[in-house]
Amino acid sequence: MTLTSLRRRVFSTDHHVIGVEYLLLALTAVVIGTTLSLLMRIHLVWPDWQLPLHGPILPEDYLAMVTIHGTVMLFFVLTTAPQAGFGNLILPAQIGSRRMAFPVLNAMSFWLTAVALVVLLSSTFVPGGSPISGWTAYPPLSAVASAGPGQAMGMDLWLASIALFGIAATISSINTLVTIIKLRCDGMTWERMPLTVWGWFTAALLSVIAFSVLLAAILLLFCDRHAGTSFFLPAGDLVNGTLHVAHKGANGSPLLWLHLFWFFGHPEVYIAILPGFGVTSMLLANFSFRRVFGYRIMIATTLLIGLLGILLWGHHMFVAGLNPFAASAFSVTTMAIAVPASAKVLSWIATTWRSRPSYKTAMLFSLGFVSLFIAGGLTGPILAQPILDEYLHNTFFVVAHFHLIMAMAAVFGLYAATYYWFPLMTGRMMSERLGRWHFWLTLVGAYATFLPMHLTGLAGEPRHYAQLAGIPNAAGVMLARLVPLNRFITYSALFLATAQLVFLWNVVRSLRRGAVATENPWMATTLEWHPALHPRHSAAMGEPIAVHRQPCQYAATPSGETFLPQWVPDTLADTTTEAAFDTKPE
Amino acid sequence: MSIVSALHAARLPVDASAHGPALDRQLLLSLWIVLALFTLAHVILLGGLAARRHHPQKSVWQIEYLPLVALAALFAVLTIRAERLWAATRYTGASLTALQVEVTGVQFAWYFRYPGVDGTFGRVRPELVAPGEGNPLGLDPADSHSADDVVSSQLMLPVGREVDLAIRSQDVIHGFSVPEMRLKQNAVPGETIHIHFTPTKTGTYAILCTQVCGLGHYRMNANLRVVTPEEFDSWLAAREKAVQR
Amino acid sequence: MPAIITPHKTDRDRKRHVEDHDNGAGRRPPTDKRTGGGGDNDGWSDGQSRRGPHERLNRYRMGIFFALASDLMFFVAIVSTFFVNQSAGHIDVYNHYVNDWFPTVIPPILWLNTAVLLISSVTMEIARRTMFHENDVMDEWLGLGKPITRRALPWLSATIVLGLLFLAGQWVAWKQLAMQGVFFRSSQSSHFFYLITGVHAFHLFLGIGALLAAFVGLYVSRQLETRQIIVDCAGWYWHAMGLLWIFLFTLLVFFQ
Repeated sequence: MTLTSLRRRVFSTDHHVIGVEYLLLALTAVVIGTTLSLLMRIHLVWPDWQLPLHGPILPEDYLAMVTIHGTVMLFFVLTTAPQAGFGNLILPAQIGSRRMAFPVLNAMSFWLTAVALVVLLSSTFVPGGSPISGWTAYPPLSAVASAGPGQAMGMDLWLASIALFGIAATISSINTLVTIIKLRCDGMTWERMPLTVWGWFTAALLSVIAFSVLLAAILLLFCDRHAGTSFFLPAGDLVNGTLHVAHKGANGSPLLWLHLFWFFGHPEVYIAILPGFGVTSMLLANFSFRRVFGYRIMIATTLLIGLLGILLWGHHMFVAGLNPFAASAFSVTTMAIAVPASAKVLSWIATTWRSRPSYKTAMLFSLGFVSLFIAGGLTGPILAQPILDEYLHNTFFVVAHFHLIMAMAAVFGLYAATYYWFPLMTGRMMSERLGRWHFWLTLVGAYATFLPMHLTGLAGEPRHYAQLAGIPNAAGVMLARLVPLNRFITYSALFLATAQLVFLWNVVRSLRRGAVATENPWMATTLEWHPALHPRHSAAMGEPIAVHRQPCQYAATPSGETFLPQWVPDTLADTTTEAAFDTKPE
Repeated sequence: MSIVSALHAARLPVDASAHGPALDRQLLLSLWIVLALFTLAHVILLGGLAARRHHPQKSVWQIEYLPLVALAALFAVLTIRAERLWAATRYTGASLTALQVEVTGVQFAWYFRYPGVDGTFGRVRPELVAPGEGNPLGLDPADSHSADDVVSSQLMLPVGREVDLAIRSQDVIHGFSVPEMRLKQNAVPGETIHIHFTPTKTGTYAILCTQVCGLGHYRMNANLRVVTPEEFDSWLAAREKAVQR
Repeated sequence: MPAIITPHKTDRDRKRHVEDHDNGAGRRPPTDKRTGGGGDNDGWSDGQSRRGPHERLNRYRMGIFFALASDLMFFVAIVSTFFVNQSAGHIDVYNHYVNDWFPTVIPPILWLNTAVLLISSVTMEIARRTMFHENDVMDEWLGLGKPITRRALPWLSATIVLGLLFLAGQWVAWKQLAMQGVFFRSSQSSHFFYLITGVHAFHLFLGIGALLAAFVGLYVSRQLETRQIIVDCAGWYWHAMGLLWIFLFTLLVFFQ
């Protein structure tokens, strides 16, 4: 490979290449994150188990794993893969554009993200290892180097990594927003935009608002660590022998970090799930051969969830020292988000209702998304009640809640997207047989892993505990009771992780031996399947692109199912079938 | 161990506080509602998938808005109930007769301080903290109030009397949590946060740390012993004497 | 919602006057205000032609605006921290309310700096508008030299000089404070004074980088639109930083 071709292939500014690079980055990250979670699960129930090449897992190792697992999964998997990965691969085509608005910036944000991942992982190898303060990095634990191993050099690397990631995500989101606003093709009005695009759009808006607040918080924390300021450090804070001497009454508050962090952190959760909403909505309609039920409601709820998403950060702080009146207010905004979320679920159910869909793997994963989103989402209104949070905060009930949504529903969305767009990316179909195995094993594994966590949480098991056995006092008795159920959870988690090998095998096998895909194998109506936008069919490259209708126009005709892609002009569409289409008022 | 006994072990801990039963009722009510909604949603979803294909004349009102209004009303009821409970426990402070105890979180231990006969907590200064010399909180001997302060590593409380906990932290954020008392409050350095509750059952309960605070987070705990008032008084008197000496 | 199987007839049958070069390409004089794109039926996506003449400009301008919105949130976060810390009094063990906020006295030179920055914004705006002066744009399009560059350069240079002057002024202000013994770590309010002015100065530093790039671009770039874009974007960035400074300065002077 010559240098030029290396530059063209690796440092490409083509959005397809960048999208695939993002997906590969996310795949690397998800393998790391999953491995760490398995190690944690194993250590939790078999504390004496020795990690090969490492030895016993010490409490600080456990907490370092917690930090890296959370950071890697949330930032480098759940933010990059749906938003930047599929966003780059599919988004431009879905709005009828052949490019992103700023290709060079696009490549730059990918490489910044890659550097951020390397910086994050490098923290493992510095003295003290990775930080032990979790992905939320609450000060003073994160502000004082003496607070624990990993809080010196490791913490600085963590901060640097997240700052780089934040800059990259902001640039990438600006790119997404401008692309959606400016590069839509003829006839692609806002209402005709696929719901996936709406998901990416809202998530990008949230990124633009949220990540810079995180950057500011990181800057302030960095000053506290290295410039002798006290933004988050109260006067006279004594951490492990280090007394924070405040100058002239400088008196910071750790709660300030919580506010800034969660102002970013909660929208971040929606950044991860909103593209999943979009994919699910479109795929359910596609495989049900139906219009999306309540298209406008879907658009409105996407935006509403985004808006409410930035107004409810305080629900992470009910017992963190927040004013109890503020807790009441945040409880109401949190409960309010249940309404648009319920509207989405109702629309999904109504879309598939009596539709006899074709159960392709992508459809199965979309249905799985709905199921897991219901399961994980319904515990939201429980945790939104401050009085119940007084008991459930930071227990495994919370872990179960956000893992069902973030780790499982969001990942199901990613799987659905992968199975669905694989033919577009590679020109080959993924194996449906392996896909079905993968789906059922994953669904069973997901519920077996995360449903029992609700129970251990209700029994009082706290998060971030390096071990449950061998703890003194009454707490030891209480936690030891929970070991058997935790052992079951660990078995389930191992099962769940093993099931993912089926997926990897399916990808590898299908890349080489999968059936050759037709031009539009799913009878899709959205533009990414337009022959002229197809990344693998460059023949029709010059053809003008225009959109004539909303996506997901399907009908049953006497001759079978028909579909009207967005790009087919009405003059070409069979006028006789038109009458049969779902044109009822919403 | 079978899965049944494992499940049996994972149940709500004993409820031993005055505000706990109402909280438990709200928790169970919420859990049942959630379980019902989960089942209902799945039945409808799977039922719709199983039924034969049909293009129904669907009205958005019937399918989307009406159920949505019902759900919103349900969530509103839950919210109002929860807010009332929250207001009852958190909006007001403890009564004036409540027992004053100060809780301090330190990496990785909890310390409990009773104000002694003068009813006032003495001043603490971080410069004076010396756990090895028996002064883990940095009590200032120059302050006359601190002379009779009793510092304990377990929380001893009389049953049936309201307690006013003043929660502090010396170093990093800790999470003060007593599952059996349905109590949780972070200890934030630089702040003193008050919560109050009334233990209703004697016994020994676990006090945990529920906010990751460093490598010893998992073993940062203490015992809460709820005893009869007589037992409590004699315990406090004995500790008092030891301090005066 | 009505059915949207059939788009409006006007949407489909919009006449394109090919003889007027109305193909959405940049063949008409670059004075066209029509931007194209955004789903508004300008038929640009046929793969060969460019969109309307200001399409690229508008795209970059919108990118800058989103970036500035994001940047605004950065400053909002810092300013909120300022207010929170400022009012973070506490009640000490003797039941006294203690608030140890000691305002940092603003060096008077900041008033001068503010004036300099305001003037620089004016020169920048003149330079930016010069780029779109229609007669000159037509001259360039017809190949009659580069009048736009000639006219814009002095104003751009003036902005750069004024910007550097402002930064030098800020430096003097920091030095003056340091001579009074007020450093970054001296007190809570000095943290904020240095942080806010420092972060703003860093932004202006980047802005001067952008202005220098525009300066070089005016010489190097042949395409008029590219020149317009770099000056325009640098200009909006510069204005935003000027406006931001007004807010930050007001904050530091009146709200400490």
